[in-house]
Amino acid sequence: MSANVPMIELRKLTKAFGSKVALRGIDLRVAVGESLVIFGPNGAGKTTLIRILSSLSRPTGGSVHIGGLDLRTHADGIRRYLGVVSHAPLLYDSLTAEENLRFFGRLYSLPDPEPRVTALLERVGLAGRRADLVRTFSRGMVQRLAIARALLHDPAVLLLDEPDTGLDPQAAEMLHGLLAELSGRQTTSGDGLRRTIVTITHSLERGLAIADRVAILANGRLVYEAPAAGLTPAAFRPLYDQHCAAALRNAYQTRPGNRGGG
Amino acid sequence: MNFWRSVMAIVWKDIRAELRTKDIFSSMFVFALLAVIVFNFAFELRVPDMKMVAPGIIWVAVSFAGTLGLNRAFVIEQDKGSLAGLLLAPVDRSAIYFGKMLGNLLFMLVVEAILLPLVMIFFNLTLLTWQHLLVLGLGTFGFAAVGTIFSAIAVNTRAREVLLPILLFPVLVPVLVAGVKMTGALLDGETFSSLSNWLRLTLVYDVVFTGVAYLTFGYVVEE
Amino acid sequence: MARANRGLTILTIVAAVGILLAAWLALVAAPDAAGLTRDETFAQRIIYFHVPSAWLSMLAFGVTMIGGIGYLITSQRGWDNVAVSSAEIGIAFTLAVMASGSVWAKPAWNVWWTWDPRLTTYTIVFLLYVSYFMLRSAMDDPARRARFASVYGIFAFLSVPITFFSIRLWRTIHPVLFDAKNFGLSSGMRPAFFFGLAAFTLLYVVLLLHRVRLEQTKEEVETLKDAILGA
Repeated sequence: MSANVPMIELRKLTKAFGSKVALRGIDLRVAVGESLVIFGPNGAGKTTLIRILSSLSRPTGGSVHIGGLDLRTHADGIRRYLGVVSHAPLLYDSLTAEENLRFFGRLYSLPDPEPRVTALLERVGLAGRRADLVRTFSRGMVQRLAIARALLHDPAVLLLDEPDTGLDPQAAEMLHGLLAELSGRQTTSGDGLRRTIVTITHSLERGLAIADRVAILANGRLVYEAPAAGLTPAAFRPLYDQHCAAALRNAYQTRPGNRGGG
Repeated sequence: MNFWRSVMAIVWKDIRAELRTKDIFSSMFVFALLAVIVFNFAFELRVPDMKMVAPGIIWVAVSFAGTLGLNRAFVIEQDKGSLAGLLLAPVDRSAIYFGKMLGNLLFMLVVEAILLPLVMIFFNLTLLTWQHLLVLGLGTFGFAAVGTIFSAIAVNTRAREVLLPILLFPVLVPVLVAGVKMTGALLDGETFSSLSNWLRLTLVYDVVFTGVAYLTFGYVVEE
Repeated sequence: MARANRGLTILTIVAAVGILLAAWLALVAAPDAAGLTRDETFAQRIIYFHVPSAWLSMLAFGVTMIGGIGYLITSQRGWDNVAVSSAEIGIAFTLAVMASGSVWAKPAWNVWWTWDPRLTTYTIVFLLYVSYFMLRSAMDDPARRARFASVYGIFAFLSVPITFFSIRLWRTIHPVLFDAKNFGLSSGMRPAFFFGLAAFTLLYVVLLLHRVRLEQTKEEVETLKDAILGA
């Protein structure tokens, strides 16, 4: 890690919905400019984790620091530097593509949003549909616009929850190029700044393609962390299955004992 | 100021979307009109002078239509998760509240502006005086202040739209009582100054509940 | 759950004795009210239960609001337990107020029901807290339920005085037919009245403590059930 202060730091993060525990103590550091991809089966707590990182959900215990600031006390300041692509597109059906972006541009107090809106719509391939209502868009087009929305204020940290949902192969290609630029790894284009990216997915191939580091989240715990260099989907697949199965087995075995009897 | 810029951005966005679909406005207006007509049938044969029941008809029609509109206000924010989009932005939570609240208030006032002349014609009354409009405006403000936060609560429950009127009407009683009373007194030709108690009550209601909503809205939308 | 609470047991017994004593004072020891018909004289003794119940329901709903504020500030579920427990007790006493009021109204006013300001306010209060419980039952996630209920509890309680004033103002324009305040207490009635007030307040505290404990136990059962049956 180049900088000593990590961009994102989680300490003993837990989240419970009543008596249902979603995250059981997560410790994680993501360095500035790093692209971390978190894999995990359904129900592992991935979306909960992203919601907490994006300040939409408060943790039950533990702490989240982003850019050295405590999310609990500095959420307002941190939000300015976060870009989020979530399950839901976070857009308005009855507004056009450009109206959506302009509206969010105003919320982020962008000084001169118009060139930025035009450039982004072009980048995600929606320039020709900019004056069309989002209602008329296909799933893939909505997702492209959602990506443009997340990048609008040029955030230093990107949180992506299954970002290629609904994208056709070319669009997925475009997204990966975009992410490579944003992380500063693609030196021929982009501005060379290194943005921090946390992606959550259950697709091993697509995840590995953009990762500097990988982690596996299973049953509310981070059960595996490693650099992505040299990992191929074929080599990672058995590792992934093995860790998920182990986490499941663990959870099953400790369940009746660990709380009833102490 | 940044706060009011965000508020206005949200209001503008709601107006823009509404001008395009006219979903909320048309259903509110048609429902209000239907309520007036239904009440006309319900009362006409037994009430010697429609002037006696007109205040009640106006306020009930406005309340019903308002509830209908409020239900939509947060449903459109939920459709594509856009409320989360608002919450992700570096915007004060209370700016989101005031944005939605002013939008709701505006929609209700527009509906009232069209409904009132029709009621005037139907029942042969004089309603377009500044006193009547002030009274209606103050009551509608209280309605929107409480209704906006309750609507944000109701859409996040299993019962959704069904729950809003049940939450809303018991809390709205003072506004309705005061509104009916003031509109009635004005129709009876009483002076505006004789309404001072009622005006004060409505103002207190508006101020208190706007304040409480301002303080608690963040807890409603944030997990 | 070995924290079977000796203090609570003693308090419960004291409250029970207090209520019995209050009943004796109210029904036997207190003198008849002067200048009333036979039916009215009997009905008048309702005051010893009616007024404490009214006081308790307001106290209970006030505690619900405070519990709500406490929950919003701290996110500790204990506050919500207090709020919901208190609201339940409050709604029970609201019904008691309305029932005892009707029993008194029949001989005194010759009607079971009238749109008297207090009575009307109580009806609306009753509806407010019915809505409070409907809201609670419309959600599964306990944290969200607690947040929403806390906010509604604050709105509900603050609206009570405004509602009361609005209805009183509404009625004073019409001729006031009945005035519920028109029976002062003679000095002989006062001990029974104030003792009753104290006994009922203690009863409320005891009920609240029991109800909160019940809620805690429910929570523990839930947690255990999840631990055994799977996350």
